[in-house]
Amino acid sequence: MEQTLFITLLTLSLAAFAVSCYRRLALVAVGTSENRFDRPVARFREMLIYAVGQKRVVSRPFGVNHGVIFWAFLVLAAANLEFLVSGVIPALSFDLLPGPIHAALLLLFDICSLAALLAVCVAALRRTVAPPFEGARTFEAYFILTMIATLMLAYFGLNGVRIVQGTLTTSAATPVSNLAAHLLQASPLAGNLDFAQRLFWWIHAVVLLGFMNFLPYSKHMHILTAVPNVFLRTMGKSNTQEREEFAEGNRFGAATVDRLSWKDLLDSFSCTECGRCQQSCPAAATGKTLNPREVIHAIKENVLRNGAVMEKLVGDADAERCVSLIGANGKDATSEAALWSCTSCGACMEACPVFIEHLPKIVKMRRHLVQMEARFPEELLNLFENMEQRSNPWGMAPSERSKWSSQLELRPFEAGKTEYLLYVGCSGAFDARNKQVSVALTRVLDAAGVSYGVLGRDEKCCGDSVRRLGNEYLFDLMARENVRQFREKGVVKVITQCPHCFTALKNDYRQYGMELEVVHHSELIRDLMQRGRLDLSQTVDLGKVVFHDSCYLGRHNEVYDAPREVLRESTKAELVEMERSRENAFCCGAGGGRMWLEEHEGTPINRNRVGEALAQNPATVCVSCPFCMTMFEDGIKEVAGSTTQVKDIAEVVALAL
Amino acid sequence: MIVVACIKQVPDTTQVQIDPVTNTLVRDGIPFIINPYDSHALEESLRLKDSHGFKAVALSMGPPNAEATLRKALALGVDRSVLLSDRVFGGADTLSTSNVLSAAIAKLREDEEVGIVFCGKQTIDGDTAQVGPGIAVRLDFSQLTLVDRIEKIDLVERTITVRRKLEGRYEIVEARLPAMITVVRELNRPRYPTVPMRLASAKAEVEVWSNEQLQLDVNSVGLKGSPTWVSRIFSPERKEGEIVGDGMNDPAGAARLLLERLIAGDMLAV
Repeated sequence: MEQTLFITLLTLSLAAFAVSCYRRLALVAVGTSENRFDRPVARFREMLIYAVGQKRVVSRPFGVNHGVIFWAFLVLAAANLEFLVSGVIPALSFDLLPGPIHAALLLLFDICSLAALLAVCVAALRRTVAPPFEGARTFEAYFILTMIATLMLAYFGLNGVRIVQGTLTTSAATPVSNLAAHLLQASPLAGNLDFAQRLFWWIHAVVLLGFMNFLPYSKHMHILTAVPNVFLRTMGKSNTQEREEFAEGNRFGAATVDRLSWKDLLDSFSCTECGRCQQSCPAAATGKTLNPREVIHAIKENVLRNGAVMEKLVGDADAERCVSLIGANGKDATSEAALWSCTSCGACMEACPVFIEHLPKIVKMRRHLVQMEARFPEELLNLFENMEQRSNPWGMAPSERSKWSSQLELRPFEAGKTEYLLYVGCSGAFDARNKQVSVALTRVLDAAGVSYGVLGRDEKCCGDSVRRLGNEYLFDLMARENVRQFREKGVVKVITQCPHCFTALKNDYRQYGMELEVVHHSELIRDLMQRGRLDLSQTVDLGKVVFHDSCYLGRHNEVYDAPREVLRESTKAELVEMERSRENAFCCGAGGGRMWLEEHEGTPINRNRVGEALAQNPATVCVSCPFCMTMFEDGIKEVAGSTTQVKDIAEVVALAL
Repeated sequence: MIVVACIKQVPDTTQVQIDPVTNTLVRDGIPFIINPYDSHALEESLRLKDSHGFKAVALSMGPPNAEATLRKALALGVDRSVLLSDRVFGGADTLSTSNVLSAAIAKLREDEEVGIVFCGKQTIDGDTAQVGPGIAVRLDFSQLTLVDRIEKIDLVERTITVRRKLEGRYEIVEARLPAMITVVRELNRPRYPTVPMRLASAKAEVEVWSNEQLQLDVNSVGLKGSPTWVSRIFSPERKEGEIVGDGMNDPAGAARLLLERLIAGDMLAV
C-alpha cells in the first residue's frame, strides 16, 4: 500500500519536475542564437575547475561553506538515488554491495550529511547576522536551508532506527547515525520503532520530492543551470560586444527578452543571488541606481512574465506585446539611469561564481536606447556628433591632432620603414595632461631605439567609448574607417598608451578581420627592460608609490604584472598595493563612456577610489590609462592639502633615463 | 500645412584655414556640416510635425554634394527634402539666394499651404543673417527673427506667438501666419537620428530642383543676380598683446607668468 503510494507520488513528482524544467528552460529558446559550443574540451576543463571545483565560489571566505554543501550534495546524490530506487524496488539497495564497500559508502554519507547539516546551519546564521546584501533574508532562502537540514536529519533518523532495529550493523562506519540511534533510544519513539522508521522515511521522501519540485521555481534553479552555465561561458574574457548587422528592417539592441541571446536568458536562470556582483560594482558602491544583481534578476522576471506571449511568438510583430526590459526600476525592468551608470569595468563578471555576463546585456539595452529611440543623457549628443564629425570626443579640429608633437621630430608610420605604429589616442593627442605622457613615451621609445611612426593628423578615434555606450552604428563606421586605414598603410604592430584604444584595436577590431599585434606601453617597456634596451641609471624618487589598475588593461585584458614590474624596475622600490587591486581593482569611474557623462547620482566613483589610494599615504599614484589619469588628478584636487601626484608609468620610466 | 526648414551645408569652420597667399578659404578635404543654427530650425519643424501633424520639408540651395545634409534631414524625420541645385544658382549672394529659396517655397505652396518657414538666425560661413528676412519680404510672410521659444500657434485665428531673444531682454510677439522665423540655439535641443531612420534615409529620395522647375530669370539668380561679392578674406592681424608662456605644454607656468604680469601692471582690481 505505502509502496504503491510512493510509486504514484514519485511518478507524479518526476513528471511535474520534468514539465517545470521544460517550461522554464523552453523560455530560453526565445533568445537569439549564439554559438557556445566551440572548443568543447577546454569548456569541459573549465567547467570542472569552476563549477565542480567551485574555484570562484571558494575564493571568498564564505564560499567555502557553499563548497561544502555542493560537494556533499554530489556525494549524497548517490544516497538519494538509492533511496528512491529502493523505495520502488526494496530489494535494490546498497545492502547488496560487498561489506567493505558498503561500509565505506555509509561512512562517506555520514560525514557528508553531517557536513551539509552544519554548513546549512552556518549559512542560516550568516544570513541572519551578516546577510550578503540588504534584502537577502528572504523566506525562500530560509525555506531551502530548512529543507536541506530536514533531509539530513531524516537521513540520520532513518539510519538511527535501522541501527536500533539491528538492520544496519556496520556501526564502525556510521558514527553520526550511531549517535542518532542513542538519542532515539532515549526518546518516546523508542517504543514504536516501526512508526519511527516510517515517519523518517516519509519525511525524507516528501522533502526530497518537494525540494526537487520547488527548485525550478526558486533561485535554486541554479542547482540545475549553474554547471552548464559555466560550460557555456564566454571562453577567455567577455571584453568585447557582438557586432550588429546594419540592414534595413533589422532591430538593434534589446528592449525585450527575445532580443537577448539564449545564453543571456540562461544566465538569468543561473543567478544564485549571492550578491557578489553588487558588492564589487563601483556604481552600486557609490549610491547609483545600478545593481548588477537586479539587472540579471529583472531579465529572469521579465522572461517569466512574458512567457505566455513568448511561446506564441512568431516573428517580430508579437514582440510589441512584451513588457519592456527597460523601464522604471522594478521587478522585471532596469531603469535607464541604471543602464547609464555602468562603467563597463567588468568587476561584476569577474566576481560571479557562475560566469554570468552582465556587461553584454547592459550594452544591448543601451544599444536599443541609442539606436532605436535616440534616447540618452544629453551630454552624449555632443560626444556622438563630435565623434562622427571630427573623430574625437572633444570636437577638436582633426588638424590639431598632431600639435602635441610639434616640438618633436616624429616619423610618419611607413610599412617596412617603421616597425610599430604608435597609436597616440585622443587623450594622448588632445588632453593637456596626457600629452605630457605621450611626450614621455616617445622619449622612452627613442632611448630604447624602437622603430615607430605615427599617423599624425590622419589618426582617428578608436571608438571604444561609443561602442560601450551602445552607439554601435557609429562604432561600426569608425572601426571600418580605422581598419581601412590600417590595411592601406600595412600596419601590423601597434603601441598604445591607452587601454581603451588597446582593447578596441586588439579585441574589437578582430571582428572586422583585423588581427593586429597590439601592445600596451607597459608591456612593451617591460620587454625593453628585460632585453636591456633601456639604461635606467637615474635615480627616481617618487616616495611611496601606489599603482592603480586600469579595468581595460587589467580585468579585461589580464595585464597586471607588466606595469608593476616597470615601476619596480625604474623606481628600484617596492610598490604599495591598494586594498582592492588586480582582478578586484575598483574602477576610476571613466570606463564605458562614463568619461563623457556627469555623475548626478550618489557620490563620485573617483572620490571613492582616490580615498582608497590616499589611505596608503602615497607620495605618488601611478596609472597606465589616460582616463584614470584624469579621474585621479580631478579626485586628488578635491582633497584639501593632498600633495600626492599622479604619474603615468611612461613618465616614471622617462625620469629614470 | 507645410513647415519648411531652410538649411545650409557649410564647411566646418573650426577646420577651415585661410590661404595666406590667395586670401580665400582652403576648403579641400574640409568636412561639411549642417549650419549649426539651421539644425535648430530643422528640429523645430520636426517638433511641429510631431505636435501638430504638419508636414516637414527641408530645403537647401547648394552644390550637388549638399544632398548629404538633406539626407541627414530625412534621417531625422522630415517628410521631404528638396535640393535647389543648378549651375546658374552658383556664386549667389544673400539677395539671389533669397530669390531662389522664395521661388521654391512658392512652388511648394502650389501643393499645400506653407504655414511657417524656419531659418537659422545666420550661417557660420557668411554670418549675414539676411536670407531669412529676404524670404519673408519676397513671400510677404510675417518676419520673426531671433526666436528662442514658440509660445502659441493658433490655427483658428491664424496667428503665432513667439519669444524673441534680444540683447538683455525678451520680447513676446504675436504675428499672423504664414510666418518666417529665424531661430537661435536656445530654441531647442536637436534630436539624434535613430538607426532605422538613417538606414531608410540612405534609400529615400532627395528631390533636386533646377531652374527648369523654378523658371527664374537667370539675371536674378547666382552670380549674375548678386550685387555684392567678396573681394578679400583675411584673418585680422594682432595689433596688440603677446602670448605669455607656453600654455600648451606648461599651463601652470603660463598661468604663473600671466599672474605676475597682471600683478606687476597693477591690473587686478581688488
